[in-house]
Amino acid sequence: MPALLMLALLMPGLAAAEPPGVGDHRGGTLHLSAVGSGGTLDPQVNYTSEYINLFATMYDGLTGFRKARGLAGDGIVADLAEALPEPQDGGRTYVFRLRDGIRFSDGRPVTVEDVAASMRRIFRVGSPTAGSFYGAIMGAKACLEHGAECRLEGVVADPSNRTVTFHLTEPDSEFLMKLAFTHASILPADTPDHDLGNDPAPATGPYRIVRYDPQGGIFAERNPYFHVWSQEAQPDGYVDRIEYRFGLTDEAAVTAIANGQVDFLYDPVPLDRLGELGSRYTAQTHIEPHLTVYFAPMNVHIPPFDNLKARQAVAYAINRHAMTILYGGPAIAGPLCSMVPPELPGRMTTCPYTRGASLENPAPEWKAPDLEKARALVRESGTAGQKVTVVVANRSVDKAMGNELRDTLRAIGYEAALRPLQPALMFSYIQNSANNVQISIKDWSSDFPSPSNFLDDLFGCENFHPGSSSSINIPGFCDAPTQALIDRAKTDVTLTDAARNDLWAQVDHCIAGLVPATPVIHKYDVVFVSKRLGNFFYTHNFGLFFSQVWVQ
Amino acid sequence: MRDGPWSRVWHGLGQRRGAMAALGLLGLIVAASLAAPFYAAWVGVDPFVSNVAGTTLRHGQVVDLMQPNDNPLHLGLTPLGPDWRIGEAYGLGSDAQGRDVAARVLYGGRNSLLISAAAAILCMMTATAIGLCAGYFGGWVDIVLSRMLDVLWAIPVYLLAISLSIVTVGHGLRLGPVTIGADNLLIPVIIIALVYIPYAARPLRARALSLSRAEFVMVSRGLGASHWRILTREILPNLADTLVVLAPLLMALCLLAESSLSFLSLGVQAPAASWGTIIQDGEGLLYTRPAVAILPGLMIVATVLSLNVLGDALRDTLDPKRRGRS
Repeated sequence: MPALLMLALLMPGLAAAEPPGVGDHRGGTLHLSAVGSGGTLDPQVNYTSEYINLFATMYDGLTGFRKARGLAGDGIVADLAEALPEPQDGGRTYVFRLRDGIRFSDGRPVTVEDVAASMRRIFRVGSPTAGSFYGAIMGAKACLEHGAECRLEGVVADPSNRTVTFHLTEPDSEFLMKLAFTHASILPADTPDHDLGNDPAPATGPYRIVRYDPQGGIFAERNPYFHVWSQEAQPDGYVDRIEYRFGLTDEAAVTAIANGQVDFLYDPVPLDRLGELGSRYTAQTHIEPHLTVYFAPMNVHIPPFDNLKARQAVAYAINRHAMTILYGGPAIAGPLCSMVPPELPGRMTTCPYTRGASLENPAPEWKAPDLEKARALVRESGTAGQKVTVVVANRSVDKAMGNELRDTLRAIGYEAALRPLQPALMFSYIQNSANNVQISIKDWSSDFPSPSNFLDDLFGCENFHPGSSSSINIPGFCDAPTQALIDRAKTDVTLTDAARNDLWAQVDHCIAGLVPATPVIHKYDVVFVSKRLGNFFYTHNFGLFFSQVWVQ
Repeated sequence: MRDGPWSRVWHGLGQRRGAMAALGLLGLIVAASLAAPFYAAWVGVDPFVSNVAGTTLRHGQVVDLMQPNDNPLHLGLTPLGPDWRIGEAYGLGSDAQGRDVAARVLYGGRNSLLISAAAAILCMMTATAIGLCAGYFGGWVDIVLSRMLDVLWAIPVYLLAISLSIVTVGHGLRLGPVTIGADNLLIPVIIIALVYIPYAARPLRARALSLSRAEFVMVSRGLGASHWRILTREILPNLADTLVVLAPLLMALCLLAESSLSFLSLGVQAPAASWGTIIQDGEGLLYTRPAVAILPGLMIVATVLSLNVLGDALRDTLDPKRRGRS
């Protein structure tokens, strides 16, 4: 019997983790590129998909998303926990048992104290999702008000049994999914209670960051203490090193990928290169469904968009067909009338802001902008002639969309200007109400496949923190009747899936009525990879999953 | 009879074919740029409004301004290309925002030429005042003004212009009670004029210094003429030759500076256009529609070349040492 087969029979775990032949692909360096950095390295603070996708190969929570392609990747599996717990006490209590033998990349073992401290740290560092994702944990309310003194009584560690018990004030039907998000990553208990900035935290996954230069890039190597404890939660990586470099423009990065100097570009492929990709690099170009929307949040606290009619005017005026073209055409994008992407249930399926339609009499789909109606609304609002600045990320696609929106605003009576900012800066800048951003265009991807990710995250009252750069409710919107619907959709465990989705659709409709933001387009991801990149592995939640691709 | 400077200029230029060609080309560019609004109205386009979802007529057929790509993945759209029929809408094609390239290049020329000419005039006026005072009064006035010019000249021109533009591009410029908006063309005019003052002031100071010791100035002083009278009636008219030679060369430098600042989004602010901003627009289309970037680039080259040839010809014409050789 061949020695390899013999070894596989003797070590079934190894054989399951690594199919025959794939060991040949271990090694090499994966070269990634982005226009700019994604900001802080703190996995509990950073809220950019640029880094979250990378953090997914470095950090683990008690639960995780299954590392599988397509819809299978939406499933939740036990990660640092031994198994997924059954909810107790009507969905108010979860007891996790921590796996044994897992170490951080600095050699220290992962303990239940680390888990409890990490949960407290979410509030102490003011994680952007502290309220929306983890606000149901007992003690979270006090933690949200006084983060530095957070004790989070609802998380109880029991070292003798290696268990961590979560007590919730109210049931949360998505709690296990929220624990799978990178903001609930388990870090050592002594991790400082402030944003880590440029200093990486010890990792549990197959990779750890060894060097970070916000102007230059992230350099990651294998975590020497990593071993596979669950192939579907955190598989081992193929490449030895990951180099994520910043500074190349999106145009230059596409050229670098075509030349084999870079393996992957984080930013959207510029419009003028898409045709080339579709004709010359079809084998290297992947069009993947992605739960993402482009939307235009409007600050409901400052003029002119503190006026409902002004916001409705923008919703009527935006040319979603033009925006679709600017993203790359109907093959990879489409007009959007709901804040929830079309791939998800629980959304409004009609279109109130298009020519010939209204909230009371919506059209089945978006047809064309209604500039006349928009101009009339601007006149009625008394905001005509006011200065409006559109803030966008300084990337080709975003700037083009920003130009389009600026011209639209001018066409309906505003004195509009465009302000492109570095992508990493732009996201925190538009969140901070102190910057008085009136309107912006931003893409938003789901953290897990649920309408709550678009409706609660972006418009929930608990996610508006005035003066904070971690205030993902960008418009500063808070409406009591809408919030009541959101709360019910999140907490009522007696609801069937269909009933819950109906509730989310109602939330979507309420938000459409008050227009704190207007949806623009939904899109697919166009992923252009180098010729040498093998085992293309794309997941719904993390995009290209870096640990599962190989380069040799 | 003694020739005046203007008749010498015209006579000298008339004898130089290259200079006349440059003057003709420059005149053509200026005339075409000034005609931009008429052109846009004639072909029926608005070059300042995004129109990606729009259509136009080409060879009698309605065509989309953004053309679908014929590739297996149906990826991307490409702006309508040029068919080189000037005088028809989108004759030079469309840019990535669906705007008429020809109309934008003409409008861009208006702003580029206006800013560079205004900056050159403002620069020469300021430099003349500084040069006159420093050269005529000498002493501590000369020392103070000359050292200030030295300091300004020691900073790389583009670095200074970019730094000043970054400061003003967000919030505009406040000069006492007057506030100039961030998108006002006066801001690039002032910044470009400022950074080139030493370039113009130094030769003017040298000329004023030598004129202040000339016999006719001494005679005026002896007759009791005031400083103001000597400066304006005796020295300033004799700086005309230097100013005439400097003007086109300075305008060429100002045009290049304006284009560079606008290319970096620090000069003319969108949706207004200049040749620099159009090159920036075209940067994203280099692979599919290179004409969008190349056309304004050619306009800059042609204008700067014309101005330089004109400047050289004027220098040769007005320089007494060279005059006899022509």
